[in-house]
Amino acid sequence: MSSKDPAADARADGSAAVKPLVLVIEDDPAICRFLRVSLASSGYQVFECEKGAEGVIHAATRQPDLVILDLGLPDIDGLEVLRKIREWSKTPVIVLSARGKEADKVAALDSGADDYLTKPFGVGELIARMRVALRHASGAAEKGEPIFEVRHLRVDLARRVVEVRNAPVHLSPIEYRLLTLLIQNAGKVLTHRQILKEVWGPGASQETHYLRVYMGHLRHKIEEDPARPQILLTEPGVGYRLASD
Amino acid sequence: MLRAVTMSTRGERPDPEALLAEANAEDARSRRGRLKIFFGAAPGVGKTYAMLEAARKESCTSADVLVGYIEPHARPETQALVLGLDVLARKRVEYKGKSLTEFDLEAALARRPGLIIVDELAHTNAPGATHEKRWQDVDQLLREGIDVYTTLNVQHLESVNDIVARITGVIVRETVPDAIFDAAAEVELVDLPPDELLERLREGKVYVPDQASLALEHFFQKGNLLALRELALRKMADRVNREVESFRRRHAVSATWPTSDRVLVCVSPSPLSSRLVRAAFRMAASLRASWIAAHVERPSGPPPPDADQRRLLENLRLAEKLGAKTVTLSGTDLVEEVLQYARRNNVTKIIVGKPLQPRWREFFSGSFVYRLTRECGDIDVYVISGEAEEPQHPAPPRMRLPGRPSRYAWAAAIVLTCSLLGLLVERHLEAVNIAMFYLLGVLVVSLRQGLGPSILASILSVGVFDVVFVPPRGTFAVADTQYLITFGVMLVTGVTISTLTARVKSQTEQARQREQRAAALYSLSRRLASLQSTEEILVALAQEASAAFDVDVAVWVRQEGGALALRGDLPSSFAPSDRDGGIARWVADHGERAGLGTATLMEAQSSFLPMSASGKVLAVIGVRPRQARRLFDPEEMHRLETFATQAAAAMERTSLAADASRVKLEVDAERMRNSLLSAVSHDLRTPLSAIAGAGSTLLERGEKLDDATRRELLETIFDQAESMNHLIGNLLDATRLEAGTVAIQWEWQSLEELIGALSNRLQKSLEKHVFRVDVPSEFPLVRGDGLLIQQVLQNLIENAARYSPAGTTIEVSVSLADGEALVQIADRGPGIVAGEEEKIFEKFQRGSSTRGPAGTGLGLFIARGIVELHGGRIWAQNRPDGGAAFSFTLPMREEPPHIAAEETE
Repeated sequence: MSSKDPAADARADGSAAVKPLVLVIEDDPAICRFLRVSLASSGYQVFECEKGAEGVIHAATRQPDLVILDLGLPDIDGLEVLRKIREWSKTPVIVLSARGKEADKVAALDSGADDYLTKPFGVGELIARMRVALRHASGAAEKGEPIFEVRHLRVDLARRVVEVRNAPVHLSPIEYRLLTLLIQNAGKVLTHRQILKEVWGPGASQETHYLRVYMGHLRHKIEEDPARPQILLTEPGVGYRLASD
Repeated sequence: MLRAVTMSTRGERPDPEALLAEANAEDARSRRGRLKIFFGAAPGVGKTYAMLEAARKESCTSADVLVGYIEPHARPETQALVLGLDVLARKRVEYKGKSLTEFDLEAALARRPGLIIVDELAHTNAPGATHEKRWQDVDQLLREGIDVYTTLNVQHLESVNDIVARITGVIVRETVPDAIFDAAAEVELVDLPPDELLERLREGKVYVPDQASLALEHFFQKGNLLALRELALRKMADRVNREVESFRRRHAVSATWPTSDRVLVCVSPSPLSSRLVRAAFRMAASLRASWIAAHVERPSGPPPPDADQRRLLENLRLAEKLGAKTVTLSGTDLVEEVLQYARRNNVTKIIVGKPLQPRWREFFSGSFVYRLTRECGDIDVYVISGEAEEPQHPAPPRMRLPGRPSRYAWAAAIVLTCSLLGLLVERHLEAVNIAMFYLLGVLVVSLRQGLGPSILASILSVGVFDVVFVPPRGTFAVADTQYLITFGVMLVTGVTISTLTARVKSQTEQARQREQRAAALYSLSRRLASLQSTEEILVALAQEASAAFDVDVAVWVRQEGGALALRGDLPSSFAPSDRDGGIARWVADHGERAGLGTATLMEAQSSFLPMSASGKVLAVIGVRPRQARRLFDPEEMHRLETFATQAAAAMERTSLAADASRVKLEVDAERMRNSLLSAVSHDLRTPLSAIAGAGSTLLERGEKLDDATRRELLETIFDQAESMNHLIGNLLDATRLEAGTVAIQWEWQSLEELIGALSNRLQKSLEKHVFRVDVPSEFPLVRGDGLLIQQVLQNLIENAARYSPAGTTIEVSVSLADGEALVQIADRGPGIVAGEEEKIFEKFQRGSSTRGPAGTGLGLFIARGIVELHGGRIWAQNRPDGGAAFSFTLPMREEPPHIAAEETE
């Protein structure tokens, strides 16, 4: 990822000079060590714990800025930990899980996790996700500029104007709703269910084919090469993500 | 291999000697060329044509095919098939001033083709050739490992030579030893019904050499053709049975071991016959010989009473139960029929009953036993007490005058016509010559109307001739006594003509019937031999039985637990009542037949027969005559049982085959586990050692290394870890696919999106290639599991990247083909080694052309597994202009859901 010091961004977003505190709930010592070393060197404070039940307590007492939660914990299900945290806290949570457990990831995201990473992952990827999560948590993205720009796409949310390479593009109402939803969550993954619920209403949460068709239309309108999308990214088996840089 | 052991204890242990012989034979066959014979009943059935067609097909699929010799007189259609094939020049031979062309064996051997076509296996070479006979040429070709296609007519087979001579009156001198026929790898019957053959002959489509045309004209008669066809069909049926036998022996099904002795017992309806059968069984058992129970039925005469039929069938069934093969022979001369059959089947001992009839009758009918012992030659004859002499129903043939009155009216009318003709020409001819008209009339009647009317015509002719033409006219009185001789000769000639014609007709009819039976049985055994499932076998049985016996059928199959289940879905089946179900159960439990025409539960509407193999009842067939309560004659009943037994044997064969394939699967799984272990240990250890090596270097002397080296080591660790991750992912996928635990999440997918997501993810693997994607816009959604389809795409694209050089293009294209989505991934690599198109999809197979970094050998296997789970197909082929193309399809059976259009803002 491009940014040399992501923690600087995080600090700029809210918590000024204080290093953001990250709670890592993970039982594998090797991964803990890797997270500790790499996060510390990127300007984060790290607190580790091995068990889910402890994690819930630490999340309450230590008030971390972000939680990294492994879904496969030895004592209680990671999903259970997430639900307990979400009962009283909006702290961003990034879940870690193994490949092939897409259903778990979707369940976690639908239960309020902010993002996910598939093991094994690189540190660059992790820090990019953390930055996005922290930014959204601080409310910076939601309250941001009425103009959104990424690559060759420019959307004026106030005037409802979409431009690709400075040429206006006409979107249907649904396409526009879809695009603005993704822009509001730029850089964050949204599950199929979340998007369907927001764009088509609660009754349509199973109709994934709507999403495929409209996403296809949208790509043809705003991507340079719809077969190799750069902005509207697919998270296989999980959902979609709008590229934030 | 545990299962393999249980398998062999289930059946009998195969005879090691037999297996060895089988193995040797197979070995010898594999070193020798393969001989395929196109076999026919007579010239003109289309053997050469079929052979050339097969050869053309063969030549398309690579085999080096050479036409060694085709009869130069072949028809234009046949000649046309030779075009485009490689043809060997014929050898010219001068013989007695004539120039003959012959097959050039030496040239063929020098040319060494993969497959050679040599017509007319029975041909005799011109003097001076290497071998006297063409089959010897062919044998040499086979010994040299060259495959041969050839043609042969049944009359050229040594073993049937005498029968053919007797049937047709033509002595065939060009014969081929049966061993050649028996050893052929494949025999294909080219069959044409006699009527069609005669039609072709009339149309001049059959070649008849001039010098032999007279003999051949005699040869091409319907009666002959029917008999020849029967012979050919029988030969084929024997062969098919032998193949089944050989299979059974391989799988230790057969309980009989062939020895040189063979016992034949003559069976009659007499209740005492059962003693004979048992005696024969004992003798056969003590000799460890196979044995045959034969019954001779006379074609003419009234049908025997039902009670006799029933008893006869009981006796034959008893014999079958005791392990005999049973046959029904048909002919007027019992002794000759029995001996002829015995010789044909290498019988060494014949058992007959001691005569019970009074001695005086032997004066008239001749003693059966006496004649048998006189004429038996080197066959031993055993006479056992307690059996009526005649091994069949004793009614002597009697002349009957059946027929409707109109046929007699016809006879009278023809005599009248002859008289009128005679009156017309009376002035120019003598009365004696006019008598010839009448003989002509008798001939016409006997041909058209049968025996009774023609005898009437003979008698009428004499009377009318006397009254009308012989002076004094108008009375029966005769002036010149010479005419009495004329009358006598006329009458005798007329009656003789009538009898002879009737006999010829009845023989033709018999031949036709026998031919039909043989054809029905052959048709069944041929169908059964090729069927692989019980389902298909039962359908074939139902179809063949209902066609051959004019019946409806019902079949119950014994299930795993022993219960019977009705198969209601067969063709021409009847709906059995509860009572029928009860009878079927009885039949299954007792292994005996019951119902209509038997001694048990005889009031039923249908007959029920057990279908048993190796002593176990596998199923029960019920047959209901379409003509209500028609009784089956013993011969019919016997054939029905043969049908049932054959089908049962086939059912057993399929279940054995299923067992065998299960064992093979287990062995394969075992082998797979071993190769999995070795692959895993190798493929996991290689990156591990690299990681450990690089890690320890960094740890121990990290500070002494320069930055570039350190970075290089770190990159090694990272790359190797990724490749391990990849391998483990593949292993898990493969295991899940194999275990069948992959559940498809059926959703509507956009192929464009799936490919798009990949092109980002695979940036690293594709950085050295040009990646091109072609998906038509508005391509319909496809139903499937997005993650799994993406996995297929990823594996295929990574495979393409791995095997094609940097800088080349990898193209992914999507199109619609025959209602399926077709995805193709094409590269410009070295392509697939010929013959490995299938193999590369197997587990741990890596293309032979591997040069770059080897894959795990699982990617394509996983791709295939996923595609097949989706009901699609996957295949690989080389592109005509270089490189490989991997394609897979996804079925699009369902219409994608409709999505309401909306207004653009």
